[in-house]
Amino acid sequence: MVAYLLRRIVQSVLILLGVSFITFLLLYVLPADPVRQIAGRSATAQTVQNIREQLGLDQPFFVQYWRYLSGLVQGDMGRSYLQKTEVSTLIAARLPATLLLMGAGILCELAIGLSMGVVAALRRGQTSDQALMIASFVAVSAPQFVVSLLLLYVFAVQLGWFPIGGYGTASHVVLPALALGIMGSGWYSRMMRSSMIDVLRQDFIRTAHAKGLTRSRIILRHALPNAILPVIAMIGIDIGIFMGGLVVVESVFGWPGIGQLAWQAIQRVDIPIIMGVTLVTACAIVIGNLLADIIAPLIDPRIKLR
Amino acid sequence: MKKILCTTALAFSLTMPAFAEDYQPDPNAKPGGGIVITYKDDVATLDPAIGYDWQNWSMIKSIFDGLMDYDPGTTDLRPGLAESYTVSDDGMTFTFKLRGGVTFHNGREMTADDVKFSLDRVTNPATQSPGAGFFGSIKGYDAMADGSADNLEGVKVVDDGTIEITLSRPDATFLHVMALNFASVVAREAVEAAGDDFGKQPVGTGAYKLGEWTLGQRLVFEKNADYWRDGVPYLDSITFEVGQEPVVALLRLQNGEVDVPGDGIPPAKFREVMSDPAQAERVVEGGQLHTGYITLNVNTPPMDDARVRQAINMAINKDRIVQIINGRAVPATQPLPPSMPGYTDGYAGYGFDPEGAKALLAEAGQGDGFATELYVMNTDPNPRIAQAIQRDLADIGIDAAIKSLAQANVIEAGGNGSAPMIWSGGMAWIADFPDPSNFYGPILGCDGAVDGGWNWSWYCNADLDAMATKADAITDAAKQDERMQMWSDVYMGVMEDAPWVPVFNEQRYTMKSARMGGADALYVDPVSIPINYDYVYVTE
Repeated sequence: MVAYLLRRIVQSVLILLGVSFITFLLLYVLPADPVRQIAGRSATAQTVQNIREQLGLDQPFFVQYWRYLSGLVQGDMGRSYLQKTEVSTLIAARLPATLLLMGAGILCELAIGLSMGVVAALRRGQTSDQALMIASFVAVSAPQFVVSLLLLYVFAVQLGWFPIGGYGTASHVVLPALALGIMGSGWYSRMMRSSMIDVLRQDFIRTAHAKGLTRSRIILRHALPNAILPVIAMIGIDIGIFMGGLVVVESVFGWPGIGQLAWQAIQRVDIPIIMGVTLVTACAIVIGNLLADIIAPLIDPRIKLR
Repeated sequence: MKKILCTTALAFSLTMPAFAEDYQPDPNAKPGGGIVITYKDDVATLDPAIGYDWQNWSMIKSIFDGLMDYDPGTTDLRPGLAESYTVSDDGMTFTFKLRGGVTFHNGREMTADDVKFSLDRVTNPATQSPGAGFFGSIKGYDAMADGSADNLEGVKVVDDGTIEITLSRPDATFLHVMALNFASVVAREAVEAAGDDFGKQPVGTGAYKLGEWTLGQRLVFEKNADYWRDGVPYLDSITFEVGQEPVVALLRLQNGEVDVPGDGIPPAKFREVMSDPAQAERVVEGGQLHTGYITLNVNTPPMDDARVRQAINMAINKDRIVQIINGRAVPATQPLPPSMPGYTDGYAGYGFDPEGAKALLAEAGQGDGFATELYVMNTDPNPRIAQAIQRDLADIGIDAAIKSLAQANVIEAGGNGSAPMIWSGGMAWIADFPDPSNFYGPILGCDGAVDGGWNWSWYCNADLDAMATKADAITDAAKQDERMQMWSDVYMGVMEDAPWVPVFNEQRYTMKSARMGGADALYVDPVSIPINYDYVYVTE
């Protein structure tokens, strides 16, 4: 187990290194000059040159990348070009909001997705099963931008149940969490349905029936725990997709998270912020995957860590 | 509709004190209350040497003051921290007498040392100020810019209440430069204590001080009770909520949660708002010093032929483009916007004439047309405008492929000369100060036609450059008409060579909540965009 963990951690570091290299390279070759964003439209050629030299952006790619990496290992993520603030400060200020929204969003997608999946599995082949699976298809395919605006319009503007965007109280989190959760719920309902159908076919369920247990007891005590665990183990892998959704949902709802920060930074080529958010996100995905792999054998002993 | 008058003549008076009578604030204004303003993008910094964004420009104006200022809602210069000034006979030395008893937000009295410190700081390359170049006419600027001096030779502290600024060349726009945010006076000790974080902990002499800043969420400005201008500001606090999509901000305004959506009315909602009388009456319309244009790269054949560029000018149906943006603009005939001094009245520009354009193309040997590319920023309504331009060009046989890219990529393509044509929407020039010279150098002059510059036409006419330099050397107040005539001639020369298609001058529309009071001009202030925070008030 220890050897496995060590190996996985080394792999994770290599993955992060790769992510940082690729992102840095893409930003380097991007036909957009961060110095011009900093210098603005009235700057003289000399001002532009001064800024370029001060930021070291006149250096060759590998020198720039090496400088960034050596800062990073010392815990220095650099300073935002435009906000003139430490990137770590900017991310730290916004991370709690993102984590809260992620947590609430994951709860939403599980609650909606798992219950849809279970009901569909129990009514397999019936009209309600088909209706639920069509609903899940719609949920997966609907653009999050549209879903967000629809939720906002119906529940906040027309019905007035929730605030129109913003951050602060529990009622602020409901709509963005729902907007995030709806997409994921489509995936989870399908996974839950097939997992449940799988379990219901197993011998031990037939045995339970043979013992004369009630249907509800069989479903809740025997089938559900077995069916739900592999689905829940997917959460770690799901985080990457989830992060993509955060950028959209945070922008629409004015949610002060790192997705919004990244979106604004990308538009203005604020490289240190883009790098910082990318790496934090990559870390989250790597950790999520690692946890998923560690948890899987605990849930299902048939899976072995190698 | 408000017409904004521009009087620059005041600025050039050689005697003191030569200002018109003081601006009279609204007698009905009552102090108290707070308002909520929203913005989509984060506020990057409140450092006056750095901030150069749509959203932080007016915020910085309310936290800091400079030696010069403008009457609210107008482009008329008035004294700010300077009580008065004198100019030497040769127009090269300005002596500013500072107001006494002005204190920074930290309680210390502002002195001439702070003024010098602030000007030295903004021109110091280490500050990375995007506005450093505005101070190019101050003696010793070049030594600052190349790092060989650590302070401006031309800025001298005479005594605590007097500062003398000597120029290296006559500069008719100097007083406007001293009214720019970049010339704001900062408290030396606060800058030294905060270091690079001064932009997040600003200390100035302005009407408001920064109360709270929760990164990525909100900023709260609090009234500066000791403000040196009597009676203002009226509001106790202003809350700026950032990260709000314009559509969401409008919904919140309709719901009574927001007082002014800082990014304006979203284009997609404009008609809906204007067709509802209750909402339309809360929209204030005003001009702005803006021109939207198409740049024609004079280095890209066949557009190196002026006849081809003139033909393109004649091919564009500007009225239809104005319709695309719901009539939120007036068609342009020349680079300068109509409210700018130096605008050539009565000049009709190139009329819409596709047949004439075709004939001119044929004369230039391009009768069969040619293929080119039109770069455009990828946010609404710019791609739609680009499509209209594309159709107009197709009518005279020019096949323009649209390249719709993020702003930074379009700027790059313009600055390195790879873009044959660019529609300026979303990046168009808005004047920093109301003077015709501000519309020339970087975007039409030879200085801007360099790698990384903003002259995307790569147009460089040495004769016009010389005339521009000559015009800006006229500092004599009595000769201002002559100066404006020279500027008018410069822009007429530009139109003859046709490196641009001036398309329209955008109008501004600011929406406010029902409880907001104050003259309409304050809501379309040409200098404090979107609104003049110091003079507006709430009625409940």
